[in-house]
Amino acid sequence: MIHTPMGPAAPSPRPLPSPTASPSRPARQSTGHGQDSISSWPLMDRVGYLLCWAAGLLLCALAAGIVLVMFVKGISYLRPGLLLEHPSASQSQSGSGGFLDPIEGTLLLTAIGIALAAPIGVAVAVWLSEYRRPAALAQAVESGIEMIAGAPSVVLAFFGLLIFARPSLAFLSQTSAGGAVYGRSFFAAGAMMSLLALPLVVSATREGLAQIPAHMREASYALGKTRATTIRRVLLPSIRPSIASGTTLGMGRIIGDTAIVVILLGASLHLEGAGGTPGLSTLRGTGSTLTSYVFENSPAGEGNAPEKAYAAAFVLLMMVLALNMVVTRLSSGKPRWLAGLTGPMLWRWMPWRD
Amino acid sequence: MLRHSRWQRLNLSAERRAELALGAVSVAVLAFVVAMLVTVFVKAWPSFAHNGYIKWFFPGGDVDQQIKAIVNSPPDPAHYVYHLRAWPLLWDTALTTGIAVVLGLVLSVLSAIFIVEFAPQSMKRILEPVVRLLAAVPSVIFGLIGILLVVPWINQHLISQGRKLSVSYVVQLNGAGLLVASLILMVMIVPIMVAITVNALSAVPNSWTEGSAALGVNRWRTMWRVSVRTARPAIIAGAVLATARALGEAIMLALVGGSRSFPVNLLDGRTALFEPVRPLAATIITYKDNLSVVPLSQTLYAMAAVVLVSTAALSLAAWSVKQPLKRYGIRT
Repeated sequence: MIHTPMGPAAPSPRPLPSPTASPSRPARQSTGHGQDSISSWPLMDRVGYLLCWAAGLLLCALAAGIVLVMFVKGISYLRPGLLLEHPSASQSQSGSGGFLDPIEGTLLLTAIGIALAAPIGVAVAVWLSEYRRPAALAQAVESGIEMIAGAPSVVLAFFGLLIFARPSLAFLSQTSAGGAVYGRSFFAAGAMMSLLALPLVVSATREGLAQIPAHMREASYALGKTRATTIRRVLLPSIRPSIASGTTLGMGRIIGDTAIVVILLGASLHLEGAGGTPGLSTLRGTGSTLTSYVFENSPAGEGNAPEKAYAAAFVLLMMVLALNMVVTRLSSGKPRWLAGLTGPMLWRWMPWRD
Repeated sequence: MLRHSRWQRLNLSAERRAELALGAVSVAVLAFVVAMLVTVFVKAWPSFAHNGYIKWFFPGGDVDQQIKAIVNSPPDPAHYVYHLRAWPLLWDTALTTGIAVVLGLVLSVLSAIFIVEFAPQSMKRILEPVVRLLAAVPSVIFGLIGILLVVPWINQHLISQGRKLSVSYVVQLNGAGLLVASLILMVMIVPIMVAITVNALSAVPNSWTEGSAALGVNRWRTMWRVSVRTARPAIIAGAVLATARALGEAIMLALVGGSRSFPVNLLDGRTALFEPVRPLAATIITYKDNLSVVPLSQTLYAMAAVVLVSTAALSLAAWSVKQPLKRYGIRT
């Protein structure tokens, strides 16, 4: 085979792989093909190369360090009883019970948040992707979602306090003897938590919808189906994995959030119901989650029981890791690296794509 | 003449109804965001108004003492105390966020180049879950590790007795402070920057980098001069998003920032690294239990409003970053 000399005018002996040829592969081919050896590079370039390795290894070391520390500390302080005992107020670490109530609180709060975020998120995403009329309104909604994604959870919690302390919403939380509405309940915290998950559900759903080829929609229209029917029967079923991964990421966000819990859930030790109706009373009542339990038992909190905090944080980390695995399973084979992590409207930032 | 029901007169097909329902949900979400902006500001207004608006942001006095005075203000609304000069909080916010974002930018760009270009396949496969994990660890766990492990270690090994004595008349050094806060904050915001940068770098058309390689440019320079330069808007957008996240971080900073508000004095040289910090969001968390005091809650809402406006302004800044691209006819 004749070796073609390198140069701008030299015709390429075979067609170059086009960037869009294999959309299912996240990384593009490296440019070097191992021909130039690093030892022949200028010093600055070699330094850069080494720094890249150092940065990559540092990330691995950090992740390994966090997981290792939590494993060692968690396993040494975690007893099975802790998972099943109710917490109790006590001066000593041995007398303060377990964290059954925080675990229940975490699960309940996640359920409420996702139950609200998933349908709303899918509806907004479908409207944004499939209808978007009038266009100006769609733009505004898009930036609204972006704002929710950027808003700190402390601010969301404060806003929630303003909403749910209204007398007209008193039935969602407790009312004190003086008639003041408490504004802190599972309802309130769950509603605000759903805002954390909402942008993730919206972006995952939109991304899924964007990947459906046009001929699927056209085939459905050709069969005489309306747009609404197409969305419900064709589009949504085929993007179920995307919705699931967005929802799972949202659950991770909700489980890990502390600010909304300590401000809007009251962070009381037990799940304290309000009112007579069994199920409803819990929802109207206050409680705590694993995150607020860790926070309150850290040296900065009121409990100051580091061993309990480590054990609870270990359980929390296990939950997050499990969700992480689900997301990894769901998003394997996705074209984007870390699909879903990178925020709602990410593709806008890569204008040179397509 | 036929009498039509209201819905029939509107003559809505099922199709149109579906569109309207979905649109209504979207508009409701938008209305919610607008309501959030408005109500937080309305609630925060007295705090700004009583401090002479712009003076709220000025330096002057110890914030903790001012807040204590606000908490203890008399129950009569006419005599509420509002006096606050929030500069120490703003300064600490800017400092922690700035250090974290600058360090994070360097780390994330380098590791993104590594992931896209230099990492062997096996490393690449490890790094995706690693970054995902770092992004998923709750902030309270970062804070817990910080306060129980990193802070005591720094207190024992990095701060000498002489250094503690040198500033003991203004502030106690116990290890919790600027250094720990901004380093952990950096670890928390790096994943999002890495993810955005990796996606941007791998979206650079192959023909561009291949053209560079064909001219005999080595892989590092190709990455640095072609790919990173092309991806610059995305890298900046990632940094801006990360800044917004860092501004809003409250729990971790409340844990490892030290227990008092103190404007870090950069003139102290290296000692400044160990001085306690308490940014805006962390202050809100610290005083959460006193929310029933009306003037304090209005003050805290004012802080929340400042955080909210800064994050919104950052979104706007990110939007304007990409505007130059339109000139080259690149569709956004």
